[in-house]
Amino acid sequence: MPRELILKGRLWILMENENLFSDIDTDMIYHNAHLAVTEIDEMGQYAFGNLEGYKDFADKAQPSDIILAGDNFGSGSSRQHAVDCFKALGVQAVIARSFGAIYKRNAINSGFPIIELPGLPDNLFNQHDQAELNLESGTLSAGDNRYQGNLMSEVARDIYLAGGLFQYAERM
Amino acid sequence: MGKALIEKIMSSHGGEDCRAGDVVWIDIDNRTARDFAGASVVGNLEKYGGDSPIAERSKTFFTFDCNVPANTIPYANNQQRIRIFARKNDLKVYDVDAGIGSHVVIEEKFAKPGTTTVGTDSHLNIMGSVGAFGQGMGDVDIAYAFKTGKVWFEVPESVKVTLDGMPAAGTEAKDIALAMLRRFSSHELLGKSVEIYGKWVEDASLEDCVTLSSLATEMGAIIALIPPNDNVLDFFGITRNEAVYADPDTVYLEDYSLDIEGLEPQIAAPPSPANVFPVSEKTDVKVDGVFIGSCTNGTYQDLRYAAELLRGRTVAPGVMLKVVPATRKTWAMLLDEGLLKDIFDAGGIVSNAGCGGCASGQIGMTGEGEVQISTSNRNFKGKQGRGNTYLAGIGTAVASAVLGRIASVHELKEVR
Ligand code: SF4
Repeated sequence: MPRELILKGRLWILMENENLFSDIDTDMIYHNAHLAVTEIDEMGQYAFGNLEGYKDFADKAQPSDIILAGDNFGSGSSRQHAVDCFKALGVQAVIARSFGAIYKRNAINSGFPIIELPGLPDNLFNQHDQAELNLESGTLSAGDNRYQGNLMSEVARDIYLAGGLFQYAERM
Repeated sequence: MGKALIEKIMSSHGGEDCRAGDVVWIDIDNRTARDFAGASVVGNLEKYGGDSPIAERSKTFFTFDCNVPANTIPYANNQQRIRIFARKNDLKVYDVDAGIGSHVVIEEKFAKPGTTTVGTDSHLNIMGSVGAFGQGMGDVDIAYAFKTGKVWFEVPESVKVTLDGMPAAGTEAKDIALAMLRRFSSHELLGKSVEIYGKWVEDASLEDCVTLSSLATEMGAIIALIPPNDNVLDFFGITRNEAVYADPDTVYLEDYSLDIEGLEPQIAAPPSPANVFPVSEKTDVKVDGVFIGSCTNGTYQDLRYAAELLRGRTVAPGVMLKVVPATRKTWAMLLDEGLLKDIFDAGGIVSNAGCGGCASGQIGMTGEGEVQISTSNRNFKGKQGRGNTYLAGIGTAVASAVLGRIASVHELKEVR
């Protein structure tokens, strides 16, 4: 799989009432009822299966979608499933105002890009905008709207480009 | 400028002279995986581990605690897959009888002050209770740690929290943790290493430190480090010189103080651990079930206290009281001292050691509308079934079980 630094896809903005959905924890992303699943391909169907308003996400998601959330996305447990379920659906990236620390490194280590956009206003982007996420510069843009996020750390970028932590280690 | 505690631990574990913000590869003293995600660790090692998938066998082990003994076939399969891998690679398994991995690691004195531990448990930062680094990570990270003995880590910024004053009698470590959650919510300490100071932590028992540190995850912090006090040093049989402390001239990103003088028991109402109230404001809530246990409140000290409060009292009609000791050793002590009988006679259900109600309903889930008081650490929607979970300390849990509604330990004194 080529490791692109510019990702293009449809935005899936997670909203709660009028605001970007914050504090989405790992049980909302991937419920503990399905933790015994070990095959990544089987995990997609459970993505957001416990997130109010988005329980049908797995049916509606399209490959190359980009998920956008508020603060503290992926807080909670250390389950890798909460990253892998998106990979299984072909989701390209998750971006959020901020992430739970464990979630962040799980994503990075499995070569799944995430970008933090601290302070992103709730309504800058529109649902299902066609967006461009530049991993090099940390910017998200769609139409005339643009937001500058944080740069990926060097380690994160290198692991992403290698395709995951083990692939990265092989090159060290 | 001096170094914060986490900077010192990471510097001494391969991070050279690291500072907050540096990304360093650190040496890991204890590498663990539990039954949850352990099978995926094995899967990664089978795929990427090559002929020698384990760096140092004596530092690497599995701890089964989530679903013990397995009550679903997939969990049983995962555990068996781990056992076979462990046998082949000569790794120790703390099997379904042992209890919660994070507690076993402390009980066995593997996680001494200043050491580093990682595993597939998001509450492994409980090692902060003994002034050690611990961190839960996903299966890729942990497989990598098994293979190489190292992980990469971005050294977090450190903040200092000083607890001013002493709480009221009957207030526990859990109440203080909840007061911190109320103050900092799940955002303010996000990604930080938190060092906790003050008179209360200087006197706290090891078990109290465990309870307080265990809520770091819910605060969004990387870890809540408690500088080892005499109780902790005694437990490990070491002196201050053998432990690690922050430099006195450390400049912290933030220097908070939290007034706990006279603090009364606290309770976190659903749907989040940061939704905290004084127990006295919630006493009109009827209770259906009470869970006592978990990595937050499942130690011998906790369960002894529960047993003492229950002695000679009975659980209110229609209330389920579920009690789960954290480890087999705890179980044994409770058994030897007759404390299990106090719990049993009061109407409690005592289960085998482990995570109990927390991970996948080992001792039952909650149904729609059911109100549960739990001494564990999470009450997010759907986490423990469809019901509404409140988080509290031992005293509140027991008093609520006996009175059949949310009650503080102070109200219990009037009931026989
Ligand atoms: S008791 Fe609950 S929170 Fe603690 S380690 Fe077990 S599953 Fe995790």
